[in-house]
This record gives sequence, C-alpha cells and structure tokens, in this order.
Amino acid sequence: MTFHVIPKTALPDWVERLGKSHRVVGPRPLHGQFIFDEVTSAGELDLSYPTTVLPPKKYLLPQREELFTFRGRGGETRLADDGRPTVVLGVHTCDLHAIQLLDLVFAQGNRDQHYLSRRESVALVSIECLKPCTPHSFCKSMGTLGVIDGYDLHLTDLGEEYAVDVGTEKGQALLQGFASVREGTEADNRLFNRVMGEKWPRFPLRLDFDITELPSLLSTSYDSSLWEELGQRCLACGMCTNVCPTCYCFNVIDEVDFTLSAGKRSRVWDSCQLDRFATVAGGHNFRALQAARVRHRFFRKGKYQTDAYGLLGCVGCGRCAQVCLVHITPVDTWNELNRRRSVASASAVVKEAKA
Amino acid sequence: MITDLKSALGSPSIYLPTVATIADVRPISKMEKVFTVELPKGMSLNHKPGQFVEVSVFGVGEAPISISSSPSRSNGRFELCVRKAGDLTGALHTLAAGDRIGVRGPFGEGFPIERFRGKDMLFAPGGLGLAPLRSLINQVLDERGNFGRVIILYGARNPSELLFTDELAVWGKRQDVELLLTVDRADEAWKGNVGVITTLFSKIQIYPRNTVAFTVGPPVMYRFVIMECLAKGIAEGNIWVSLERRMKCGVGKCGHCQINHVYACQAGPAFPYSEIKHLGEAL
Repeated sequence: MTFHVIPKTALPDWVERLGKSHRVVGPRPLHGQFIFDEVTSAGELDLSYPTTVLPPKKYLLPQREELFTFRGRGGETRLADDGRPTVVLGVHTCDLHAIQLLDLVFAQGNRDQHYLSRRESVALVSIECLKPCTPHSFCKSMGTLGVIDGYDLHLTDLGEEYAVDVGTEKGQALLQGFASVREGTEADNRLFNRVMGEKWPRFPLRLDFDITELPSLLSTSYDSSLWEELGQRCLACGMCTNVCPTCYCFNVIDEVDFTLSAGKRSRVWDSCQLDRFATVAGGHNFRALQAARVRHRFFRKGKYQTDAYGLLGCVGCGRCAQVCLVHITPVDTWNELNRRRSVASASAVVKEAKA
Repeated sequence: MITDLKSALGSPSIYLPTVATIADVRPISKMEKVFTVELPKGMSLNHKPGQFVEVSVFGVGEAPISISSSPSRSNGRFELCVRKAGDLTGALHTLAAGDRIGVRGPFGEGFPIERFRGKDMLFAPGGLGLAPLRSLINQVLDERGNFGRVIILYGARNPSELLFTDELAVWGKRQDVELLLTVDRADEAWKGNVGVITTLFSKIQIYPRNTVAFTVGPPVMYRFVIMECLAKGIAEGNIWVSLERRMKCGVGKCGHCQINHVYACQAGPAFPYSEIKHLGEAL
C-alpha cells in the first residue's frame, strides 16, 4: 500500500492549521476518563486513549438536537441549521463501524436531513488500535478491529510518526498544503507491516463462537430463560444505550419560551430499556416486561440490524459492559446463549440415542 | 395542480409538518371528537384507508392519529377521530374551527383495497377501532359494486361509547350492509345484544373462502377476534388487523413502534395475521 507519513512532532502544527477552518474534536482526559471534546491545541489531545465515555456519535446525532423553531400555534416554522465543519480526530475502528451503520440507517428509506447534513460537515480521522483498550472490549470477536473504508484519513502509530491513509477527497483536503507530510518510503512500509502484524495477537477472541453465527443463535434463543434472568437483574437505567455507538432511538419534544407560544421542537436520545418506551397514550405498554426489553436490545444488536442493513448492530466497543452496574454484558449474554444451545442440542442427541 | 402532502415531506426536513387548518370540530361522545382538517390550497392528503398522520400542536408535541375519512370522500379535507387520552390529544381537544395544527404523512402501508375486489368484507372493530376502519368501510361502500357482502360487527363497552352513531344508523338501514351491534354493559334504553364482540360471530353465517376480515380495537381484543375468524375458516392471510403503537417519528427511525424487527410505521400498521403471527411482540 502507499501512504503518507506525519511526524508526531508536527501534530501541534496540524491541529492549529485544522482549527482555522474547522471545529477540531478529539479524545481528551477528564476526571480519570476520556471524552470526545473540542480542542484548540494538540496538547489537549491524547490519541493513545483507551476508550471514551460517549462515542463520537454525538457529533452526528447530538443528545439534544433542535429540529426547528415555531412561533405561535399557527406554526410559523424555521429549520435549525448547525453544520459547522468539524474534524473528529482519533476515532477508533469500532466507532467507525458504528458510524457506517448510522449512515445507512439515516440515508435509507426516508432520508434524515438533520443527520445527513451534520454527517456531510464532519470529517473522520480514525486511528488503528494496536492494543486492547479496556478489559470489556471485544472488537476482534465482532470483526471491527480494522477498517477498509469509512474514514477520511486513517492513522497508524509507527512510534515517532503516524502512517496516514487517505480515504476520501475530504481527507485529502485536510492535508492540503501541510509541508510536514511526506510520502511513505519502503522502510516505512516495512515498519508499518511489522506494527500491524504484531497487533493482532494482542487482542483476545472473547466470543466462544464465530460472529457470523450470532443472528442464527439469537433466532433460536427468543424463548430462552436467560432473558427472564437478565430482566430480574437489569435496573432499567438505560446507561447501556446511552453509551452505545450504534443506538439511535430518539424521542421528539416541544419546548416553549416564556411567551408560551414560541418555542422549538427537538429530538433527544431515548432508550428502549426505559419502562415507558413503548407505552401509548391510553396507557398500554407494548413491551411491559424488563426481560422483553433486555431481549429487544440484544436482538437489535445481534440480529435485527444485521437483517435490515447487513451490518452488525454491535461493534464490540465494550462501553455498555463497562457502565452496567449489574454486569450485564454482550459477551456473557451471547456466550451463555451459545452454551445453553450446545447443552440443549447435546441432550437432544443423548435422548435420540437412548430412544 | 394538486400536490400530495407526502411530496412536501422531506423538503427541507422529514420532521417539518405542513400547517393545516381545523375546518370543523364535532364531539361524538364524552371522550371523542371528530376533527375535519383542511390542508393548504392545492394540497391533498391522497391517503389509503389504514394510513395515519402525525399531528402537531406546536408547543405541546406530535402524535400519530389514524385517518378516519375515506379517500373517496376527501375533497381536500380529511377527518381524524381523536380520543382525549394523552398530552397531544388533550391539547387537540381544546382547539376549535379555524385553529391551526401541523400535519405530516400519510404514513404506513394502508389496507390494499384493490386486492379485496369481489370478496365478502367482514369488519369487526371494537370501541375506538372503528375510527381507522371507518375509512375502509366508507371506501368500500362508495365502491359497493366491487365487493360481495359487507358485514359490520361493532362492539363498545356501553351504549354511550358507540362512535359514529349517525353513520351506524345509516348503515343499519342499508339493504346491502349487515350491521350487528353489541355492548359489554347495557343501559335501560339498550335493546340490542349484550356481550363482548366475539358473541356476535355466532350470529352470522359466512362463506370463509371468499371472506376477508378486518379488526381493530383495544390490545386485548385482537387474539379473541382472530380466533373466531380462524374458527370460521378464514385464511390467516385474509384476517387483517391494524396495530396501535407509539409511532413517534412516522418515518422508520425513532424505534418506538418496533414490533420485534418490524417498524409498524413502515410495514404497518395494517397487517394480515399471516405476517405477524410469528412476531412475539405483535398481539
């Protein structure tokens, strides 16, 4: 492959240059964790961060996003406009896979202009993960520990320098006129291949089965007793969906100003794990049991999204596992379903043999 | 030139409603009012029976409401039969003729009426379920020659909760409509059948191979009506339901109306039983 090289010492200069034309966003430490946040200098960034509390999704689908304003019940409406050109630096490959799913969701069928216009204004600079970020991540099992596209620029840490792969013209533009960039040499290529070759064994496979089996595993596990067991444990706090890079369910709310006649309509993140998510005005709740809500979430992550979009609904980032107060995790859940299926089919074989 | 409301959708935003005017408000029971809505000049809803619209009262919010009038009687206007049940419908009930609301839609797959030509039509709405089915019933009655028998079984909790009683009276007088009513609890004046809607099924004879059944009602009702239809020998693909869900966005994104993997706002809310019987969350 051919790639460019940026010395790490040139990062401050690059961030400053980008800042002239873009809002620059990247991982920065905060209270012992990391968040994606606006930065004004490279010194605030830490591109070797483990994971962030929230995924970079918030720049495409903000927690609270104004859709339009209105004046009076006559509804003189005006569309919100917030398309600041933004560069997101240091996106991990799991989060990049998640954004690829979101892109499909909001572009297919009815096009969601709010998401798509933000997406248009955002450039993604991803970074190769060279070692596991947290004990909770399981990207290798999910096949998200690498990317072939979806980024504008992709960085790989070569020690003193970054290898830079240009994915799009938008990415190319971010390097335009930046003197510190040079073409990769044969020696760079050898180093790149060594760095990449050494990374894979560092990551554990944490699922007991191949990821391509997940949709079929779930399709035979709908009535598993595990959902009831998880439903008993689950606190219905919604933290798992709050931190998820592929969750995009939302509610829409109106807020009025002091005149009580003008105001705005916004969409806000919602969660299928909250008890009234499927409740209609008459009071009937169409997903009243927590067990059913837990099941719905794991089916969306492991089957429904794959069936609808051909991409996984879970990218193995491990954030939900990290924040869950009662230790409900995708890895444990899917491995347990797999174990119960194996036990069930083994006992069926024994029964048949006896008969 | 008349433009469809749907073509206004998506420009510049799929979430931006078109502002429409309430032309008339008519209370039809203690809890329900019928709103006649007029779209801006030159715009038509062009809906199919069984579809719904997202209705906005700016400052209060937005909610899905089924369209109660038939396309055959649209004339640039459409009707919504709304029960006062939540925030949005509560606000809607305070509005009067001349007030303005926001409308998006029509959304969802309606009933594929063209597939029912020559069929005997069996309608079994319960309570407010008549609101969405009325659109299909009146469409069928306006194309009466295209259909076989028209049988309407309608039940409500008590006589005062029967909706569209003026129309029920008209349907009851027609020679080409078989109308049977029932109430769960009678009052002194009630001389008709008493019992849940399934008690009416024993009073009708049908030819199951040529019958298509339609039922909409409170959540508890569906399985019992479907069982009656199956017992009569009606095919699973000819038993149609319309499922109530919280269709917050109407465009297949927000997730609230999902029935397992199916977005009710996109694939439904009208479904044949054969398509939903495998979905654990449907009925």
